[in-house]
Amino acid sequence: MTSNVTDDVFAAVPDADGRFGVYGGKFVAETLMSALAELECVYRTLSADPEFQRELDEDLAQYVGRPSPLYEARRWSRSIGGARIFLKREDLNHTGAHKVNNTVGQALLAKHMGKPRVIAETGAGQHGVATATIAARLGLQCQVFMGEEDVHRQALNVYRMKLLGAEVIPVKSGSRTLKDAMNEAMRDWVTNVENTFYIIGTVAGPHPYPLLVRDFQCVIGREARRQALAQTGKLPDALVACVGGGSNAIGLFHPFLRDDGVAMYGVEAGGHGVASNLHAAPLTAGSPGVLHGNRTYLMQDADGQIMDTHSVSAGLDYPGVGPEHAWLKDIGRVNYVVATDEEALRAFHTLTRVEGIMPALESSHALAYAEKLAAGMTPDQVVVVNLSGRGDKDIHTVAQIDGIEL
Amino acid sequence: MSRIAGRFQQLAQQGRKALIPYVVAGDPALEITVPLMHRMVQAGADIIELGVPFSDPMSEGPVLQLGHERALANGIGLRHVLKMVGEFREQDSTTPVLLMGYANPVEHMGYEAFADAAAAAGVDGLLTVDIPPEEVAHLNQQLQRVGIDNIFLVAPTTPDQRVGRITAQASGFIYYVSLKGVTGAGHLDVADVAEHLAVIRRHSQLPVAVGFGIKDAASAAAVASVADGVVVGSALVDSMARSLDAGGDREAAMEAALALLREIRSGIDSIAS
Repeated sequence: MTSNVTDDVFAAVPDADGRFGVYGGKFVAETLMSALAELECVYRTLSADPEFQRELDEDLAQYVGRPSPLYEARRWSRSIGGARIFLKREDLNHTGAHKVNNTVGQALLAKHMGKPRVIAETGAGQHGVATATIAARLGLQCQVFMGEEDVHRQALNVYRMKLLGAEVIPVKSGSRTLKDAMNEAMRDWVTNVENTFYIIGTVAGPHPYPLLVRDFQCVIGREARRQALAQTGKLPDALVACVGGGSNAIGLFHPFLRDDGVAMYGVEAGGHGVASNLHAAPLTAGSPGVLHGNRTYLMQDADGQIMDTHSVSAGLDYPGVGPEHAWLKDIGRVNYVVATDEEALRAFHTLTRVEGIMPALESSHALAYAEKLAAGMTPDQVVVVNLSGRGDKDIHTVAQIDGIEL
Repeated sequence: MSRIAGRFQQLAQQGRKALIPYVVAGDPALEITVPLMHRMVQAGADIIELGVPFSDPMSEGPVLQLGHERALANGIGLRHVLKMVGEFREQDSTTPVLLMGYANPVEHMGYEAFADAAAAAGVDGLLTVDIPPEEVAHLNQQLQRVGIDNIFLVAPTTPDQRVGRITAQASGFIYYVSLKGVTGAGHLDVADVAEHLAVIRRHSQLPVAVGFGIKDAASAAAVASVADGVVVGSALVDSMARSLDAGGDREAAMEAALALLREIRSGIDSIAS
């Protein structure tokens, strides 16, 4: 049963200023304000345009390969002995992760706005690859900013982007990871704002990015809702997704927010454990602040400086989180929890061996928590886990941890 | 009248333009900042702009990013910057001091606590790069309560109809960003700057200072011919870093920055009306 009051709460965010409660907003330098206003205006027009939606749906079907299956992991579920676990197979998308749902959408916006050049930030390289891919298809010039540390950690994806015709720019400032790549992408955008579209990869950044990235990723949850009803005859009892910036999680969660009976768990990167300070779990262990254009939960020190983060998965190695997650935490609609590096690695091996599906280390955090959750549930209950990406890119990381030289 | 408004009025009466040097507090060393502020005043600075170091200085070019990194490596935070201003005020009660930085350190301290502490230290103005007029209401209430000017940026990409919205929130002066890009970038087009300043002046009586891309006496003089003030930052920070890299001591580094500042002062004064 859905109440009108609940409806209003979720329909009311973001407001006209891009705020989710006290979070979100547009905290950027003046040089970018008119570009954001233009993007907002174009997006409002195009998102209501049936022709744009048709174009987007066609790309998602023919190029991305949607809908992605909702796969019941029977063997894994039985071995746990609790709820039935279903995997939303975003790993089967073209380029191997959910990221492409968003880059296809934003690239269409860039095309309609007549911008010949796109830029992106990337951590693990998945968003960079998805951006380079769509840029190749549309004939757009593409530059991807990537922290120098990540360039070394993710050499395979760096080469993939180069093969696709993109230029990868190593970022040498700050901690040389995802947050610094985002700083550098912002600096480039400030400089080249007139001919450049900045394709942000997650539901963070200044308004309207958290809104439009959410909208593009909601295809995950819309499909999962329909598939769950068709395959199980009911809505799931729980949803689980990993949260770095939070785009795959919001994509799965958002179409279920009004379904009071569906519990939701966003799993942050616990690294070596929250007590160790070596983690990337701002919702669990951080506090509100302003970074990269929005007010949200951040990992910061007593002076308000942004702290270095740690996670075995480069895609979760980020000190902030999308503002809608900050709001969903405060209102108590979504539970935010952590899985450590060790738990994620164990889940990576388990799923690979038990189901023949090799998950990304990011998604492995969601799997690790889902295993604990499902164990305490009953076989008539259903858990949907977002398998946001495939694990091929992580083979070197896993091999190294296991002490194996490839 | 605020110290910043008073200084601009006094300069206007003398037919002079404001020279506003920017350095990052705590760069290249914590002990340098306060003496350097005094010596910049002696070298012709009218207003001191002090950068508040931040871990993610998104609008800074490579030179100032390094300045922020060096300062942070020296262990400085916003509270320490305020202490430096307080120390400067013990010997100089007339030169306006403006803080320039990013939202999060101020946000983390809390707007009310920041306003009280900054006013007590003798801060005259605040420029927060990533707090545009849309997000400034609460902060402005607190700044106005203690009489600190809020300095806003106007950019080449700011549409004419938006300029009024910005100037309505501003006090002290308007900071026009002379180019699209980060600090220290490119070369500037004075005719283009003049056009934008004309738009700003249609909306506001406030003085207008110009920054980003001013490197030497010639570019400062060109800007001063159309603006009320000139901000120079990257060139000063770079001159200190180069001096230290070349094996110079702190005194030599300060002297390198001061020599450049004196040159720029005479460049500006050469066009005095």
